[in-house]
Amino acid sequence: MIRFDYVRPTSVPDAVKALAAKPGAQVIAGGTNLVDLLKYDVAKPSRLIDINRLPLRAIEDTADGGLKLGALVTNADAAYDVRVAQRFPLLASAILAGASAQLRNAATTGGNLLQRTRCLYFYDPHVPCNKREPGTGCPARTGVNRNLAVLGTSEHCIATHPSDMCVALAALNAVVHVTGPAGERQIALSDFHRVPGDRPDLDNTLERGELITAVEVPFSDFGRHYTYLKLRDRLSYAFALVSVAAAVRLDAGRIDELRVALGGVAPKPWRNLEAEGLLAGAAPERRAYEAFADRLLAGAQGFGDNDFKLGLARRAIVRALTQAVAGTPQSQSDKRVA
Amino acid sequence: MPPTAISQAPGFVGRPTRRVDGPLKVTGRAKYAAEYDAPGLAYGYIVSSAVAAGRVLAIEADAALQMPGVIRIFSHADRPATATADKAWQDEVAPPGHPFRPFGSDEIHFALQPIALVVAETYEAARDAASLVTARYEVTQHRVDLKRERATAYDPPEKRAGIPPPPAPRGDFAQAYADAPVKISADYVLAPEYHNPMEMFGTTVVRNDDGKLLVFDKTQGSQNVKAYLAGVFGLPEGDIRVVNAYVGGAFGTALRPNMSAVLAVMASLALERSVRVTLTREQMFALGYRPHMEQTVSLACGRDGKLLAVHHDAVSGTSPFEDYQEAVVNWSGMLYACANTKLSYALAKLNTNTPCDMRAPGATSGVYALEAAMDELAHAAGIDPLELRIRNFSERDGNTDKPYSSKALMLCYREGAARFGWSRRQLAPRSMREGNELVGFGMATGVWEAMVVPVTAKAILSADGALEVSTASSDIGTGTYTILAQIAADAFGLPLERVTVRIGDSALSAHPVEGGSWTAASAGASVSLACAKLKEQALARARRMTNSPLAQAAMEEVAFTDGRIALAGDAGRGVSLADVLRASDLGHLEEEASFTPDEKLAGRYASYSHAAVFAEVRVDEELGVLRVPRLVSAVAGGKILNPKTARSQILGGVVMGLGMALHEEGLFDHDLGRLMNHNYAEYHVPVNADIGDIDVLFVDEHEDKLGHLGVKGLGEIGIVGTAAAVANAIFHATGKRVRDLPITLDKLLG
Repeated sequence: MIRFDYVRPTSVPDAVKALAAKPGAQVIAGGTNLVDLLKYDVAKPSRLIDINRLPLRAIEDTADGGLKLGALVTNADAAYDVRVAQRFPLLASAILAGASAQLRNAATTGGNLLQRTRCLYFYDPHVPCNKREPGTGCPARTGVNRNLAVLGTSEHCIATHPSDMCVALAALNAVVHVTGPAGERQIALSDFHRVPGDRPDLDNTLERGELITAVEVPFSDFGRHYTYLKLRDRLSYAFALVSVAAAVRLDAGRIDELRVALGGVAPKPWRNLEAEGLLAGAAPERRAYEAFADRLLAGAQGFGDNDFKLGLARRAIVRALTQAVAGTPQSQSDKRVA
Repeated sequence: MPPTAISQAPGFVGRPTRRVDGPLKVTGRAKYAAEYDAPGLAYGYIVSSAVAAGRVLAIEADAALQMPGVIRIFSHADRPATATADKAWQDEVAPPGHPFRPFGSDEIHFALQPIALVVAETYEAARDAASLVTARYEVTQHRVDLKRERATAYDPPEKRAGIPPPPAPRGDFAQAYADAPVKISADYVLAPEYHNPMEMFGTTVVRNDDGKLLVFDKTQGSQNVKAYLAGVFGLPEGDIRVVNAYVGGAFGTALRPNMSAVLAVMASLALERSVRVTLTREQMFALGYRPHMEQTVSLACGRDGKLLAVHHDAVSGTSPFEDYQEAVVNWSGMLYACANTKLSYALAKLNTNTPCDMRAPGATSGVYALEAAMDELAHAAGIDPLELRIRNFSERDGNTDKPYSSKALMLCYREGAARFGWSRRQLAPRSMREGNELVGFGMATGVWEAMVVPVTAKAILSADGALEVSTASSDIGTGTYTILAQIAADAFGLPLERVTVRIGDSALSAHPVEGGSWTAASAGASVSLACAKLKEQALARARRMTNSPLAQAAMEEVAFTDGRIALAGDAGRGVSLADVLRASDLGHLEEEASFTPDEKLAGRYASYSHAAVFAEVRVDEELGVLRVPRLVSAVAGGKILNPKTARSQILGGVVMGLGMALHEEGLFDHDLGRLMNHNYAEYHVPVNADIGDIDVLFVDEHEDKLGHLGVKGLGEIGIVGTAAAVANAIFHATGKRVRDLPITLDKLLG
């Protein structure tokens, strides 16, 4: 039984007030994940704050040449926006790798960040799950964990964050704009999602009452050398087993800057800035990619069904870097891996 | 205008014809079981067991009962009486054992077993209250791991009706295998698969003032459900009528009466009002399914490729309470010529519901293993896989030594191979490549029984010249409405619009469950016979009319066209059917006729449909990403009534075969005894991106022993062999033999 009240504010301050006022209040936008969770008796909000009337649907230019995507910009509108496609094709590609056209028409930018894990145990209220009900245990560790994490796990939780978009946003150093009772603040996307530790119920670093208003993607120059490579159990409409967002800037035939974020393997988009830095100035060749992959995957641990992700991720990183450097990004419509 | 000018109605049988029910379906006017309304309708929501094995100690329903709108909560502890004898619960297609009785006792046999039904004034109230119902359980050790339970496998003491047990051994397998120069032996594992029709189960019971029940149900057999419900609840058969006018897919899952029907009727009788019960998608995964299966196949041949020894052993999961059986290993004794065979089949009990026939049950599983093993043998012998099949081609059923009533499989091999371009295949695995992708060609044989069953149909001609044909058949998306309309239209030379087909109603003429690919041949034959009988009556009456131009005419001398009977060579000399009725002083003419399979003839022949499936796969060598860009299915299915709906049946079967090869897998948590991926997001079936070009071709096959239409069924043959063709192509591409389905990318990583 879920008894909740429902409000539909028209301004951000009103939304924040409604959100902060009641413990257990939750925001609903596209509802593509939350409505499922409500139906499964997994999400049990005390209040639903429908933010669809907030003025957060714009994609705005920023002073540095980047873009600021309002929290309510749909995945489809973001992916097909000419500025997004031209300046951040990596982001457009990652969005189009996810879900289905119907879902992308409804799902929003803010909601994408807040979607919950696809761990099978999380979705089944009849079984224990520390993320859903802290302290009940994690049967996934010894159970069906094919789609679960190999990095950033804890003894309490091995869930992954399922987003494709966030993986690209992490590689693009995106910043999340939030408004809360104490005012506005910005959170780097790489700090937005958290590893479970002993609080697997907390997916992110939002404080109580904070609302995502926008995601800003700062200017970058990865329009030529990028790729989003997503590997999954069928060729569309499946969550990533492993995905790689790769962006490279070359200078005189050498790697000037490299960014790589992994999806499907961790509770958050997985980056290693130090490993990326080590590749600066290196020749773009397979051996360098392999060494980088090993560093990025350092400490990875499988749980049985998902052991294969270690080897698969390593190969996917190498292939993605090969695609990015060659300037042949993975197509999201032709399913042949370039 | 003389009648001849408008009497050129084309024949519909054999021509691609659009579905007559298509417009109703795409505009939402075709109503499904859970879409019917009734005054005062109450809604039931099922509460499912959280544990896989044990007993319900107590159902805590007090909180739920206090919820506004809640009418009553049924459970094993509070329910009306039902039949006590197993026999009453055994439907037309039940396997041996003790059929499942919802709320029959406190025993829990499988996770998600229904333990309570909350009935309320609205669906939302019922669902809401159901979330407050809790249960206390005594939990016992469950069994869901077939690999572990294989040691407990047993030969089912009672055999399932209609399912031949494995034939006795022929020759001496062990000696022949030991002596043979080329041999292979391998284990093949199949994951449990779920039918997952789009339409979830639902039953709307409309209770009339006189207490009679009109039951709208999702089922493949209205009369099966009617007899079952009458038996279970001790109702006179006249008090219950079951309607399944449209069925949103079934694939076998609706062959047996479903729990939603039992529970809706139970509530309706107890509350004396109309009730609807629907299942959730999650609960659909607690129904019958294609069972887990472990198989071992050992084959041996001479250097010439001629089979010398065949051994096929299968262990299949079943429920704790019924011995579900399929013909799994029999195919390995019948399909190819071999003198030394040994076939065995056993069951292991698992804490699941009883498996349920799923598209080509038994063949899909068994022929997969056989055809994958044949590919292994071809490789071991250094013979082209297609050539190996041709060298072992058999004109007789190896198990019964009967000749086939027709078997154009050789044409399937030849025409399929030509269409596919099989000759471009390099013999050695890993010898074809394009860019990062390894390319492989694989093929397999498909086979399925061609069955006919007794069916009765009625044909009614109205004064306005419209024709109605009816039988209690079902159209589960296969095209039954359309092919029956085609047959009837041709019989009377009418346009399709003048023909109404009525099926999906237990009140109509006798028809068994729609399954086994027997409906087109059997229902089609009965409609054809009823129409023929009706034409006889019409002509007899026409002959008796005053000054009848047809007074001396025999049936073979006349033609029925556009509401007229006229001399075949002289369309001007005839009468309108409307005039015939008027002269007879009748509002309509009516005939009923039964098609009965010729058992004597059937006893002398083996009847099967066949297919040859050719697949191309592309595997990214490093990443294991797999594509099936094209596939050819060449089918020998007798006469093709409607090439359009026939092709659709094969396409659907092939896609389901792709799902079996690459995606479908019920994932059990062995500690919890529970299926975990019980939704469409996580239980994968192929999506459009996974489906390449599927080329369906029907070869010429003349069948004349199965009934006068010459038709074999097509609902199932499309799936048989498809998974093996794909798996074999994967081996050809990669050199890696993956025997456990589905073949996911991790299994291909080197």
